[in-house]
Amino acid sequence: MKRKEEFLEFLTKSTLGAFTLVVGLIFPFTTLLVLVWESLPAIERFGVLDFLTGRTWDPVAEVFGALPALFGTLLVTFIASLIALPVSVGIAIFIAELSPDKLKPIFSTATELLGAIPSIIYGMWGLFVIAPLMADYVEPFLQETLGRVPLIGKLFEGAPTGVDALTSGFILSVMIIPFMSAIVKDSFEMTPALLKEAGYGLGATKWEVVKNIIIPYSLPGIVGGMVLSVGRALGETMAVAFLTGNVHQIPLSLLEPLTTITVSIANEFTEADTDIYLSSLYYLALILFVMSFGLLMLAKFLILERLGKRWGTKNA
Amino acid sequence: MGNKERIRKELLKRKAINVVMLSLSTLTALYGLVWLFWILADVVLNGFKFINLELFLNDPTPPGIEGGGLRHAFVGHFIITSIATLIGVPIGIGAGIFFAEYGRHIPFVKGLRSVTDVIVSFPSIVVGTLVYAVMVKPVGHFMAISGSVALALLMIPVIAITTDEILKLVPNSLREAGFALGAHRWQVIKDISLSAAKRGILTGVILGIARISGETAPLLFTAFNNNFFTTDPTQPMASLTVTIFQYAMGPYDEWHGQAWAAALILTFGTLIFFISAKLLVHGVRKY
Repeated sequence: MKRKEEFLEFLTKSTLGAFTLVVGLIFPFTTLLVLVWESLPAIERFGVLDFLTGRTWDPVAEVFGALPALFGTLLVTFIASLIALPVSVGIAIFIAELSPDKLKPIFSTATELLGAIPSIIYGMWGLFVIAPLMADYVEPFLQETLGRVPLIGKLFEGAPTGVDALTSGFILSVMIIPFMSAIVKDSFEMTPALLKEAGYGLGATKWEVVKNIIIPYSLPGIVGGMVLSVGRALGETMAVAFLTGNVHQIPLSLLEPLTTITVSIANEFTEADTDIYLSSLYYLALILFVMSFGLLMLAKFLILERLGKRWGTKNA
Repeated sequence: MGNKERIRKELLKRKAINVVMLSLSTLTALYGLVWLFWILADVVLNGFKFINLELFLNDPTPPGIEGGGLRHAFVGHFIITSIATLIGVPIGIGAGIFFAEYGRHIPFVKGLRSVTDVIVSFPSIVVGTLVYAVMVKPVGHFMAISGSVALALLMIPVIAITTDEILKLVPNSLREAGFALGAHRWQVIKDISLSAAKRGILTGVILGIARISGETAPLLFTAFNNNFFTTDPTQPMASLTVTIFQYAMGPYDEWHGQAWAAALILTFGTLIFFISAKLLVHGVRKY
């Protein structure tokens, strides 16, 4: 009887341990290996630096360079973060400090719901609803105003079509706002009440308490949330799949079509008719994997773990 | 006198800045709400008029011929997601149990847990390419089951992390009581930890399903798409998300209408999953 139970104990532990290994080690490691393996032909043919800086993407001539897709990914993510950061901080301030207790769950849930909408819906809505609005009203307006300012004006040249970097970045920003604001809000709520009360005791206004006490105290959390959201935005596919136009070029203005790594893979993967084409797409996936995994690890280990220790909330 | 005046002005200025900044913050909160309601309103307004019985009961017809539906996509989506859930839930819960019950203080396991936490935000399209290389390429054609595997891989980390977090909320004194009675570890897990945390774990499972049910990217090169009705998981199979992708890109107004209808059902399906998970969590937080 005892032996049977010891056997069961062993069985449970080893099965669960195996599952854990699969999730935490084998899965990410296999992904890396497979991506490297599949992109080997492209790595051999184009090298690393040449591929990263290559500007041509020509399936017919079998010349592939990642720069347009890489640049597009970074540009769209940058625009999205630029819009999302102030909005997320604002939402976090509102939920953590301003909103009456009764409304708090409503606003929290609403932002979370925004994050729960499938990304394909964002993409479709962006294509059918936002892109025409951008093309007919917003972008001509921007050209009339910002477009006349020297230097910045160059960013808004070209025919407004709505299928461009600006719209893609904008849709992506709506997608990452819930994610970013949730992390920022959590770090705001970690600020000790004692510090805030000290501020009010000195006669500070609410904004002064937010600006001089809460934000400095939770700055690492804000940065961590930002990096985490950027890591997530880099890998977002469907929200921008309709909106970039998938043109392998480095856009000279925000109103030109472009492509991102994810969009290239999504659109071209099943059409890749030569081995080197497919291999180049895997190479793109590998770059994406390294970038987003690196960023997410950075956010997790450098910033959020350290914060957790400071707040004493780190899971023991 | 002049001094007093200056202080008063300074105070007014600070109060004015306060009001301006706090209003801005309120505006950003409203900004978030605007997008939520705008998206939902558009999905409902555009999708609702295309929802009818034929949508659920008929297979697609060639463009231009009336009466086509999306039965193949609804059934396909259900099959792909169900198989993914069957694969993903046991592994996810199992890994979560191991994190919380066996490896809580082992540095190596804690490292694995951190990696798992990172994988939650993994680019889903990369998982699609991985499964393509491992499952689709060797077999030689797209299969629904490979789509399920890709979705399961995305779901496992979500469930594992939630399970782990919930199990860590179970007071250790409960476990110690079990051990004091001479129970084995697996008995303590089964009868004490799991039964105390089952509600929270269910939440994790629902969140996991909500996460995968709206995924498109990992299905593009695994389950692919199919214009015909099939229930055979070794064949390419249509899903709602990939069908929306195809139809929204397509040139026909009828396709666009059906894509909106599918979007409506997908959105509200996902949101219902999400909200029920939230409601369950509020029950858990009590203890």
